[in-house]
Amino acid sequence: MDTMNDINSDIQKAVMADYKYGFVTDIEADAAPKGLNEEIIRFISVKKNEPEWMLEWRLKAYRHWLNMEEPSWANLKHPPIDYQDIIYYSAPKQKVKPGSLDEIDPELRRTFEKLGISLEEQKRLSGVAVDAVVDSVSIGTTFKAQLAELGIIFCSMSEAIQEHPELVRKYLGSVVPATDNYFAALNSAVFTDGSFCYIPEGVRCPMELSTYFRINAENTGQFERTLIVAEPGSYVSYLEGCTAPMRDENQLHAAVVELVAQERGEIKYSTVQNWYPGDKQGNGGIYNFVTKRGICKGDHAKISWTQVETGSAITWKYPSVILKGDHSVGEFYSVALTNHYQQADTGTKMMHIGKNTRSRIVSKGISAGFSNNSYRGLVQVGKNAANARNFSQCDSLLLGDKCGAHTFPYIEVKNNTGVVEHEATTSKIGEDQLFYCNQRGIDTETAVALIINGFAREVMNQLPMEFAVEAQKLLAISLEGSVG
Amino acid sequence: MLTIKNLHAGIEGKKILKGINLEIKPGEVHAIMGPNGSGKSTLASVLAGRKEYEVSTGSVQFLGKDLLDLSPEERAGEGLFLGFQYPVEIPGLSTTNFIKTALNEVRKYRGQEPLDAVAFLKLMKEKMALMNVDQSLLSRSLNEGFSGGEKKRNEIFQMAMLQPKLAILDETDSGLDIDAIRIVANGVNQLRNKDNAVLAITHYQRLLDYIIPDVIHVLYNGRIVKSGPKELALELEERGYDFIKSEVSVED
Ligand SMILES: Nc1ncnc2c1ncn2[C@@H]1O[C@H](COP(=O)(O)OP(=O)(O)O)[C@@H](O)[C@H]1O
Ligand SMILES: [Mg+2]
Repeated sequence: MDTMNDINSDIQKAVMADYKYGFVTDIEADAAPKGLNEEIIRFISVKKNEPEWMLEWRLKAYRHWLNMEEPSWANLKHPPIDYQDIIYYSAPKQKVKPGSLDEIDPELRRTFEKLGISLEEQKRLSGVAVDAVVDSVSIGTTFKAQLAELGIIFCSMSEAIQEHPELVRKYLGSVVPATDNYFAALNSAVFTDGSFCYIPEGVRCPMELSTYFRINAENTGQFERTLIVAEPGSYVSYLEGCTAPMRDENQLHAAVVELVAQERGEIKYSTVQNWYPGDKQGNGGIYNFVTKRGICKGDHAKISWTQVETGSAITWKYPSVILKGDHSVGEFYSVALTNHYQQADTGTKMMHIGKNTRSRIVSKGISAGFSNNSYRGLVQVGKNAANARNFSQCDSLLLGDKCGAHTFPYIEVKNNTGVVEHEATTSKIGEDQLFYCNQRGIDTETAVALIINGFAREVMNQLPMEFAVEAQKLLAISLEGSVG
Repeated sequence: MLTIKNLHAGIEGKKILKGINLEIKPGEVHAIMGPNGSGKSTLASVLAGRKEYEVSTGSVQFLGKDLLDLSPEERAGEGLFLGFQYPVEIPGLSTTNFIKTALNEVRKYRGQEPLDAVAFLKLMKEKMALMNVDQSLLSRSLNEGFSGGEKKRNEIFQMAMLQPKLAILDETDSGLDIDAIRIVANGVNQLRNKDNAVLAITHYQRLLDYIIPDVIHVLYNGRIVKSGPKELALELEERGYDFIKSEVSVED
């Protein structure tokens, strides 16, 4: 530990020597000033006591990012993002890292409680381990000891960089390279925290691993970085839940999630995303540009993405699977709900490389108000991917006639033994359906909730039980006042 | 229980009901018959509160309340049930879940506690036996892929679960074979008591062999043109609606 601190202070000195601007001399600052440049990246790295290779990795990503352009192919419209008007690092004011939940700032705890995700409650909910991220610093981790006994590592990314640098170095950027795309490069340069999970060979993780993210301080971009590695024959189910409070200004969010499943390894990744979507007039809300990708590296590996997306003003997100191992399986189950002026462009990529690989896509888009909801999917069958199979089902449900639903399915098949099937439907919530429910005593809002939850059921069924209940409520809340 | 006075209603400017008068007392069973397009389903929809239909004049009292003032869900809460001629499908929503929600919403309206899972299950079991309804049907999505007969039986099952004060059954017998009609009729008869009433809309008198009505009304061209005892059904069966039409045109 001491040597680590020594090394870090050496780096600190080295980095400090480089500062051209004055602000970073105040190393106790809780937030970086607005803007992005190499000094900011050094600042973040120093704040986090990172080893040099990490800083180099960040800087490389940043330099690459400078030469990239923001993508414009998605079916999304938003004013230009001023990357110099964002604070890239802010830490909640906390002197020492808490050893237990009781040491956590009561103000932060109250915010969690307001959001209905109190750690206390989570703690009591046996079977759920929580790693909560408020702003950029991980503030609490539970069930660690229990997991450690099995050799499972579940901690914040910052901690992983300190404690398991060899694993992080091996896998970070191995699925989503730092230069992969504009937002991934940005994330690689400035990510502040996130989660790290490592499941050793043959271990079946006995509980759902769960992280709640939330954006706290004003003007703070949130750039999480998550990495999950499932060694041969292991299994893990990971839950990511997100909530953000009301906020007027748009906030940029660009996360990267990487999953690695080795031979017969299985990762199930579930997300419920309900960040602030902006107000009814379309002001404010989170801009959510996420890169999520998993690789089925070994034979018979399996990766399954399940997402329920109800929040954010803009969602740009395509959780994907590279099916490299023979007989590997990729799944994508998605519910994306947009209301008011929300825009979502989301879908998946299934890249079949190995033989006898299978993928399944079930996408349910729900649009209300003036919103726009697009499914964008790519199924790729490589020339050596003999007997690849894909089935895609994309359904859209419209509430009202001012909203839009769009489907962009792309298929590239280079091996003629592949079978790729695509089905799509668009429907509206009918007056007949609403009246039928009304006649049975069910008011229109409840009726809409029943109808959309029915519509989304196939996806909801993929969620772990406690999450599914929360997600169902969320769909209903998100549509409040949109019908009738 | 239900008093309809001079009810005029239509849709999109089209006049359909042209002065309906009807009085139903607790414990009574009324049947409404009449040729296609005469306005039977429209009457049912207006009573249940479908907002596409405009009521131009007239009044409807239900258990001392102005029915036309209430929303459809309030009417349900007050004890009005409509068995639909064409029940809708809701994909992905289990029939059980739907009925449980309906029952608890109606209970909430009446200031009652929601039924817990155990009590609900007990009630379900009881009514399933009564209505000859299978668990597998109730686990399926609401009406999705149901046969015509299954849909109608599901309507009556819901009626049995909700135990309404007034059940309006819109051609619940159409498309059913004789065994299914017997089951449906049996369900209706089980519900009958001195406080409840039934308004059965039907095309054929055969339902009325099993549900014996106190009064039969003939609805034609938006008006009740004839009311009488159950024997009227037999007369209609024998002579067809043409004799009514000719009688009416004479009166016009
Ligand atoms: N939604 C509607 N729009 C236009 N006309 C309608 C509508 N519903 C019913 N009608 C018309 O009103 C008349 C009565 O219909 P309905 O009440 O369904 O008759 P019944 O149930 O006796 O067969 C018919 O002429 C029908 O075409
Ligand atoms: Mg009809």
